[in-house]
Amino acid sequence: MSLELKNVEKKVGIDTHIHPTSLKLEKNTINVLLGSTLAGKTTLMQIMAGLDKPTSGEIWFNDENVTGMKVQKRNCSMVYQQFINYPNYTVYENIASPLAITGVKNDEIKLRVGKVAELLKLSAMLNKKPDELSGGQQQRTALARALVKDSDLILLDEPLANLDFKLREELREELPKLFEDRDCIVVYATTEPSDALMIGGNTATLLEGKVIQYGKTLEVYNRPENLISAKVFSDPPMNIAEITKSGDNCKFTDNDVQWKSSAKIKDGTYKIGIRPHNITTYKEGNNSVEINGKVQISELSGSESLIHFTNGSLNWVSLSNGTQQKNVGEDTKLYMNTDEFLYFDQNNRLVNNG
Amino acid sequence: MNKTINQKAWYFVIPVFVLVAFNAAIPLMTVVNYSFQETFGNNVFAWEGTRWFKQILLSERFHASLGRQFAFTFIILLIQIPLGIAIALTMPKKGWGVPVCLILMSMPLLIPWNVVGAMWNIFALPDIGFLGHSLNAMGFDYNFTQQPGDAWFTTILMDVWHWTSLVVLLSYAGLNSIQPAYYQAAEIDGASRWATFRYIELPKMKKVLTLAILLRFMDSFMIYTEPFVLTGGGPGNTTAFLSIDLVKMALGQFDLGPAAAMSLIYFFIVLLVCWVFYNLMMKNEAQS
Repeated sequence: MSLELKNVEKKVGIDTHIHPTSLKLEKNTINVLLGSTLAGKTTLMQIMAGLDKPTSGEIWFNDENVTGMKVQKRNCSMVYQQFINYPNYTVYENIASPLAITGVKNDEIKLRVGKVAELLKLSAMLNKKPDELSGGQQQRTALARALVKDSDLILLDEPLANLDFKLREELREELPKLFEDRDCIVVYATTEPSDALMIGGNTATLLEGKVIQYGKTLEVYNRPENLISAKVFSDPPMNIAEITKSGDNCKFTDNDVQWKSSAKIKDGTYKIGIRPHNITTYKEGNNSVEINGKVQISELSGSESLIHFTNGSLNWVSLSNGTQQKNVGEDTKLYMNTDEFLYFDQNNRLVNNG
Repeated sequence: MNKTINQKAWYFVIPVFVLVAFNAAIPLMTVVNYSFQETFGNNVFAWEGTRWFKQILLSERFHASLGRQFAFTFIILLIQIPLGIAIALTMPKKGWGVPVCLILMSMPLLIPWNVVGAMWNIFALPDIGFLGHSLNAMGFDYNFTQQPGDAWFTTILMDVWHWTSLVVLLSYAGLNSIQPAYYQAAEIDGASRWATFRYIELPKMKKVLTLAILLRFMDSFMIYTEPFVLTGGGPGNTTAFLSIDLVKMALGQFDLGPAAAMSLIYFFIVLLVCWVFYNLMMKNEAQS
């Protein structure tokens, strides 16, 4: 079982919503579509589901061309950011609805709904109406409706975005487990890099209707093919600066910070990407270098401290563990872990690959 | 704790008291006053107790006009609500069609009520009116000034023409507030058009529909101007609804006492029905 997009393109009027995209999703995988709002995640999902037709290109499912096949004929289910349930059905009836429509026998419906409800901790509220449930429970009901059908393709469109922080964490932990022994392809759209990391599987980074990179989540995170992919997959935003390299010595163009690099790349000028957690108020790794900064913003979240600072003409973001109290305007020393630097050439391609 | 005593706040309340007194309490109490007394003019009054109330409640004339009133309201609700929903469902959701439809729909609502009556009177005249003449030309024996059935038909048609738009606009607003994701979810489930309407659109429109029914009930129950201009309550008394009958009694016959008693009974009926409606609505709210 696999879902393959072949050169799929979507235009609306003169706007291109999806640039020609090819993507192959294998069975039993969770695939994260990661990108900001308007990156084309939802459009791509609707094309996968058959709710929307591509302007050109083909969609193949199990070696069968399903381009233009209606959503009713495909075996897929979708969960939305909003909690979509039938308002005057009980939770039980809501979960049973996709089965009832396809004419599954009552005994079997009961069995399957019971199973899914237990999985999603809804057993106690099967007789309630969606309005009487909390947001988290409403979304669990919507998830149960998607799961009960045994779909080949399950699409989750930012399912956690409307939940409050605690419920989001809780459900996010459960999600990968829910799909573990299912024979299906899961696609999960999100704007949050941390969602992608928690869920694992594969990730496709998207920007402005283009798939930038697709691969194993950790690989995409650790070895972004290019600068755009690295930017999309970084929260807080990645620090980018220009450097020059001659021999083993590297140096920022804008300041005097120097370090030795073991990267096997030619001499010249490069851009480097530094994730905020690789700039800290304490030394980390064996090859850290010092950088002076003037604190602009200091945010404490309890377990982490986010410090924005300037060095010369550049703005930097750093993320340290623990509470690191800094005053705005204060001159401070921070440390960069040079082992974690990502080097990009002038065409924005990653060069220190492996 | 020491409370500051400041009676100046009363100055802020007095204007409201005065306003409410003039627009509600005083006129209403005048009617209450009349309803217990008999007068022959010259400001001479005689106490009659509850006689007028008994008389009205037992009078066949009142029963008949109340019956006509309920029948009329029931019929127009039965037509306007489903028709309004049906029209709202077929209206476009985006594009240039939206403003066009909305403006066309609001037109009847903008026309003054007596103009609506006059318009339909002329429109339906059997000899020169477009509707009346066409119907007769097609072989129907149509004359709303002489045949009760035709008078009812014309009055109902006029009210449907005038007020269905209100139901349409409310339903349309209700429909537009449904997120597209609901329709997609139904599509993915493979739900039919009817199931989508029954299980998504109708429940989501519940609130605006309750409002529409309540508004249309009250308005049609108090209808006066349009049928007064169209049929004047005739032929005979066949389209004399409560308010028309009331005005006949108060101003035509100058029976102030009975008319006052009837006004109060009328008022209490409207109040009672609204109260029942309101409670049903709230009960549904509490359930969901």
